[in-house]
Amino acid sequence: MDFAFMRDTFLTLMGGVPLTLNLSFTSVALGAVLAMLLALMRMSRIKVLDWPAQGYVFVFRGTPLLVQIFLIYYGLGQFRPTLQAWGLWTFFREPYWCAVLALTLNTAAYASEIIRGGLQSVPHNQVEAARACGMSGFLLFRRIVFPIAVRQALPAYGSEIILMVKATSLASIITMMEVTGLAAKLISQTFRAVEVFIVAGLIYLILNFIITRIIMAIEWWLSPHLRRPPAIEPRLEAAHV
Amino acid sequence: MTFFKTLGFGLLASVLAVGGASAQEKTVKIATEGAYAPWNFTGAGGKLEGFEIDLANDLCARMKVKCEIVAQDWDGIIPALQAKKYDAIMAGMNITDKRLETINFSVPYAATPHGFGVMKDSPLAKLAGTGTTVNLDKDPEGAKKAIEAWKPLLKGKTVGVQTSTVNAQFVETYLKDTVTIREYKTTEQHDLDLSAGRLDAIFAGQAALKATQEKPEFKDMVIAGTGMRGGLLGRGVAVGMRKDDADLKKSFDEAIQAAIKDGTIKTLSEKWFKIDATPQA
Repeated sequence: MDFAFMRDTFLTLMGGVPLTLNLSFTSVALGAVLAMLLALMRMSRIKVLDWPAQGYVFVFRGTPLLVQIFLIYYGLGQFRPTLQAWGLWTFFREPYWCAVLALTLNTAAYASEIIRGGLQSVPHNQVEAARACGMSGFLLFRRIVFPIAVRQALPAYGSEIILMVKATSLASIITMMEVTGLAAKLISQTFRAVEVFIVAGLIYLILNFIITRIIMAIEWWLSPHLRRPPAIEPRLEAAHV
Repeated sequence: MTFFKTLGFGLLASVLAVGGASAQEKTVKIATEGAYAPWNFTGAGGKLEGFEIDLANDLCARMKVKCEIVAQDWDGIIPALQAKKYDAIMAGMNITDKRLETINFSVPYAATPHGFGVMKDSPLAKLAGTGTTVNLDKDPEGAKKAIEAWKPLLKGKTVGVQTSTVNAQFVETYLKDTVTIREYKTTEQHDLDLSAGRLDAIFAGQAALKATQEKPEFKDMVIAGTGMRGGLLGRGVAVGMRKDDADLKKSFDEAIQAAIKDGTIKTLSEKWFKIDATPQA
């Protein structure tokens, strides 16, 4: 192991971290909006909304992300005249937007199932209690259903975010120079695959460690009822005697 | 059965010739990329084909060894050789000083110039020097002038190259401040992006560019600008081997020299490249 080389590699690969994070967070954020929409469509019990959402989830969960990226980037590239006519080519011309689109569509499919699970796990008696208090419609959703669903879905959603951070490595196949892209380039210059990939793996590990801590903090913040209540001051007890 | 008998005798002979270094039959495992037509590519039906596949079979017959040809992605092709996944590389790989630090090469078995591929209706089709070739070693002044002559047209354009190739190195060294460089895993991918209009030009070996032109969807692609050879573009395409494999290098060298001498390389390169790519001494 050549530690001086690994330090240089680490510094080089850190240059890809902004793009890796940019791709992950843009696609997770956009994907979450789409996923919420899909989950509501699936739970609407209206067939014309439910079926397209089911079909969408089936297609994007059932095909590899690598294939999706290839199809969106190289596949749609073959239809340039059509896309130009529709004014979409400026978007599809850029590898960055193709990567964001593929990652967003992919994560939305997984996340919509996670959100649906969360929404369905809201205990019925809580909803009934809210109704009894006179809440209904959007107020019921905003005050009762959504907060409980988010809390239930968060652990699974956290893994989805981590999966997305790792999935950005696939963007390197469409010329995006994020951490893995830079690693591949460095290997081709130095032919030292083992050291470079160890460092690249380490960088992903650090990123995901930070993300898991953040998610844990949010979980803690959302679950006050699971925390141990603060200890009762002994002086008060003494006063009763 | 005669085939197997001949093969058997051949192997026996080779084992005896090596001096009984190993009693086993000698198999040389050769890696190629399988995505760099016409050097090596995966044909219909998934079989490896191309100039280097034909040449490898010819060289192995001369070396009297059994050859196994495997496909390996380009960006990992040298690390996997180091890791002894195979014994030799025949993948359109040029001899360069950088690669010589890590691996060893046989004598070159082919040499073709490198250049730009652009679409016919692109302004870059008028790049200076189309049809001529300049050697970076023998005529550094002329090469410099040719590159300077490109710059006004190339300014601000996007050029695609295959990652970790001499082509990538060339563009990065001479045109880094003039063009945006995009790196691709295979040449097939940058071809697609050229035809999609994401790239203004690609820089690749001219033999590979000619093969791309043969495809119907690339009939509007032209080779533009001065052809480049020598310098960091390397001293010709050769078999890559581990540094400690001196015996293998010796037998490859002899086989290649024999194949150059009897015109096999000329015949094969004319078959696959439509030009004679025999390396000049």
